[in-house]
Amino acid sequence: MRLDWEIAKLGWRRYAAYPWATAAGIFTNTVFGFIQAYILLAVYRHRSDVGGYDTADTLTYVWLAQALIMTVYMFGWQELALRIRDGSIATDLARPLDPQRYWLAYDLGRAPYHFIFRGVLPFAVGALVFRLHYPSVPNALAFVVSVALAVVVSLGFRFLYNSSAFWLIDVRGVMMVSLTLSLFLSGMVMPLAFFPGWLRTLAHALPFASIMQTPIDIWLGKHHGAALVGVMALQAFWALVFLGLGRLTLRAGARRLVVQGG
Amino acid sequence: MVEPVILWRRLVGAQIRSQLQYRVSFVLDLVGAFLISFIDFLAVLVIFHNVTRLGTWNVREVAFLYAFSSISFALTDLLIGHLDQFPQKIRDGNFDILLVRPRSTLFQVIGSDFQLRRLGKAIQGLLVLGYVIGSLDIHWDAGRIGMLVVMVPAAIVIFGSVWVVGGCLAFWTTDGGEFSNAFSYGGNFMAQYPVDILSAWLRRFLAYIVPLAFVCYFPSLYILDKPDPLRLPRFVELLSPAVALAAACVAGLVWRFAVRHYRSAGG
Repeated sequence: MRLDWEIAKLGWRRYAAYPWATAAGIFTNTVFGFIQAYILLAVYRHRSDVGGYDTADTLTYVWLAQALIMTVYMFGWQELALRIRDGSIATDLARPLDPQRYWLAYDLGRAPYHFIFRGVLPFAVGALVFRLHYPSVPNALAFVVSVALAVVVSLGFRFLYNSSAFWLIDVRGVMMVSLTLSLFLSGMVMPLAFFPGWLRTLAHALPFASIMQTPIDIWLGKHHGAALVGVMALQAFWALVFLGLGRLTLRAGARRLVVQGG
Repeated sequence: MVEPVILWRRLVGAQIRSQLQYRVSFVLDLVGAFLISFIDFLAVLVIFHNVTRLGTWNVREVAFLYAFSSISFALTDLLIGHLDQFPQKIRDGNFDILLVRPRSTLFQVIGSDFQLRRLGKAIQGLLVLGYVIGSLDIHWDAGRIGMLVVMVPAAIVIFGSVWVVGGCLAFWTTDGGEFSNAFSYGGNFMAQYPVDILSAWLRRFLAYIVPLAFVCYFPSLYILDKPDPLRLPRFVELLSPAVALAAACVAGLVWRFAVRHYRSAGG
């Protein structure tokens, strides 16, 4: 446990070391938030409800998505794939610490940094300009837990597609497909409430909704009582599925790993 | 004037040859760029699943904007690169090397990041354009065909100038390379949609001061013969080439100013 804590601190410090990168990211998220907010507001000129979302719900969604994008790390993560490609994974495997546990601890140290420094400010800017929806105290607490679960689901998924590097020399193709699926089906690009019925059903049946749509719906108070527990249990389920699959591929990959040179 | 062109062709030719060495990787990259750029178009389709019009624009008209913005973005990315390599050069002090060479620094930065795989996104934009252009009722005359010919080069120059100015921030903020994403990806995102749906303050800033409305919005109004929801004088629709020229001059000046303030990280 103490070791995990130390690794998590590393994850935090790695990102805290670049304050200008953080400032630049906040600026970019804010610009995107504004553009998307006004595009979706134009939809509400013609109707007052889209898939159960009113204007305040949708605007809140837009700004929460911008706030969470770095926390759940939607974009390309390939640190594991690079370590497999250059052979450093051999050193990782020789350590008395499981690589998956290492990256999970590291990511759980990174995520709070991004949540606080990349999330709060863009959301605050959005809250100053637009009338947003704010959660009740229990929902806010559930939201924080749900975001933490979303980080684990996301890391589990990233670990999985990164470990394809054991079999492929170049993982960029796999990464692009994984990114396309997760960006679109998580609700990052567009709230799932805007999707046509069949696609929304499909997206909710897949694990990606647990990365973005679920925590935001909890903030918006769309789930109550047993349903609230249910969606969080589903997040935990997908986290375990991805971590389990990642563990299996790591084991299978390690067995066939040949590191050239030395 | 001829000499830089020859040099550029040589630089780019070498990069293309090296990228084609790994055929499978190259094809995968191309397909990847093609796939991931579909997300933005899916977003447009999802919006129009819920409404028939966004402001005064229907789905085919927005797809037209989208296609032109994507093609211009992809070609800009292909021609001048993403300008995300050179902040690294500033951080590690290697920008010094560019300064001692007898060519302009901007030319060297632009010429050193040519990635053929970026064509994937342009192909996607062309497909959308091919799909939508037949269903739009456009009265092709000399003026419209002329606009069609000049709008993409003008858009490339405008996008490119905006990226250069955004990239210049790296001279002051050594690890702030992501600022340029707001201008490049953010600019593309904005140009895909009609600017009249933005609120007035954001429009003034992003559409006129950062002249992104001249990338697609005004040329498209002209080609589609659409009344401007903003009721600006009609000649504004023809200004894109002039705006592109002005933007390029501003970008050149800003770059020169920024380079003069470059402090080497040593090394």
